[in-house]
Amino acid sequence: MLLQIILSGILVGFVYSLVAVGLTLIWGVMDIINFAHGDFLMVSMYTVFWLYTLLRLDPLASLPIAALVTFVLSFLTYKLIIKRVINAPGLTALLATFGLSLFIRNFAQYLWTPNYRFITTSLVTDKKLEMGSVIIGIPQLVAALGSIMMTFLVVWFIKNTKTGRAIQAAAQSRDTAKLMGINTEKIYAVTFGISGACVGVAGALLATFFPIYPESGALYSLLAFVIVALGGFGNIAGALYGGVLIGLSEALGGFFLGTQFKYAIVFLIYLLVLQFRPKGLFGW
Amino acid sequence: MLKVRNLSTGYDGVPVIFDVSFEVREGEMVSIVGSNGAGKTTILKTISGLLKPFSGEIEFLDKRIDRMPAHEIVKLGIAHVPEGRHVFGKMTVRDNLLLGAYTLESDTDIKKVLEEVYEIFPRLKERENQKAETLSGGEQQMLAIARGLMSRPKLLLVDEMSLGLMPILVDKVLDILKEISRRGMTILLVEQKVQEALEMADRGYVLQTGRIVAEGTGKELLESDLVKKAYMGM
Repeated sequence: MLLQIILSGILVGFVYSLVAVGLTLIWGVMDIINFAHGDFLMVSMYTVFWLYTLLRLDPLASLPIAALVTFVLSFLTYKLIIKRVINAPGLTALLATFGLSLFIRNFAQYLWTPNYRFITTSLVTDKKLEMGSVIIGIPQLVAALGSIMMTFLVVWFIKNTKTGRAIQAAAQSRDTAKLMGINTEKIYAVTFGISGACVGVAGALLATFFPIYPESGALYSLLAFVIVALGGFGNIAGALYGGVLIGLSEALGGFFLGTQFKYAIVFLIYLLVLQFRPKGLFGW
Repeated sequence: MLKVRNLSTGYDGVPVIFDVSFEVREGEMVSIVGSNGAGKTTILKTISGLLKPFSGEIEFLDKRIDRMPAHEIVKLGIAHVPEGRHVFGKMTVRDNLLLGAYTLESDTDIKKVLEEVYEIFPRLKERENQKAETLSGGEQQMLAIARGLMSRPKLLLVDEMSLGLMPILVDKVLDILKEISRRGMTILLVEQKVQEALEMADRGYVLQTGRIVAEGTGKELLESDLVKKAYMGM
């Protein structure tokens, strides 16, 4: 039973990691906190839902489309909103993304009502993998594997491509990056886009086993902030470990203390870590 | 090659440079010397587009560049080695150099220029896979210059490269700069070390509190009363 709990904690943890990677990337490059991050996840879930409902597309098939939608949405968020406030004091950008978050949430409610929606038949729905006493839901397993793949794809891209190196350069020094001939405006927009694609993938993977409603991104947003703080702001590897850690503590806390307390455990850990390691567990 | 006319510039509306004019001709090494706070760095930042002029013109290869964004100025052939080196510490030496070649399109060009640069700086090749922050100050300065050369510039702007280096290392980087100049590179050098900078330069300008107060060949300036009194303590 304990093994079962640990395993499902780790699986959901990898999805948390991916959401947090997107958030920490933007912080690392631009020192901006994107409050609308979780709402992009919700948009991705609805994208998958409508493609499923209207065109009978399986969520796994529509995953790239959802990722593209959130890439573009996030890219445009930079171009239309962030770009104008990036040189203002930090709070301005924060409030701008907060406003955007409220707008997207309420707009979703206006368009699609606050009702819960479900994707009831997909390739992975209700499938299970049984290994002795341990049962793993295929939707969760696919979500975890997909999240790991996307996380490593993002890391690989940043480490090994020309645009990736430019992202690293812009993160370390904006002016010096410009002196290399890097169009930092473009790089910032692309970074926002990649961050959006991260939640896009996560949202599409979650859509097969989570209710879809205008607030469904809120929890992920909140957890992602906790994970980013735990992992060290701007630290991608830290976000990866932090996500798994939070997934685990949520599962174990829920098991030992009752599910109603699982987030209390998560935030207790968060508060404790910040007391002793304000730069995060994996911060420098 | 580079013509600066009646340039006034500064930060956030506060002027630092007043009505400065000078030029750099092809193949020359020109030094702008002056003490700390005279505005040397501000001039270079304005040429490379990090700062916008309040008034005046900057022309490079007969093209106005004073309203261009920094990244396009790099493409035209100006590389700026910034004060304080500003290497990308978390990245390897090689990645730093590749970033220097960001504006080059073809992989074969990048490979070729990387080899050329490694030939001038064999030490950097040895440390290719090391993170830049682990290099010594002198090596970081070499890396900053090498990174500047990677874009195949026509004009190299070098800001205060002696800053924070031991005298023996200062000589070494100056030697390397001379070698780069001998190979035909046009260089605009900005330095607090007035004597060294004027000795190696074809021509020089003396900057005091944002204004050019003297100009001439390196030798003329070194022999002038102004330079002797203000900077050599004679």
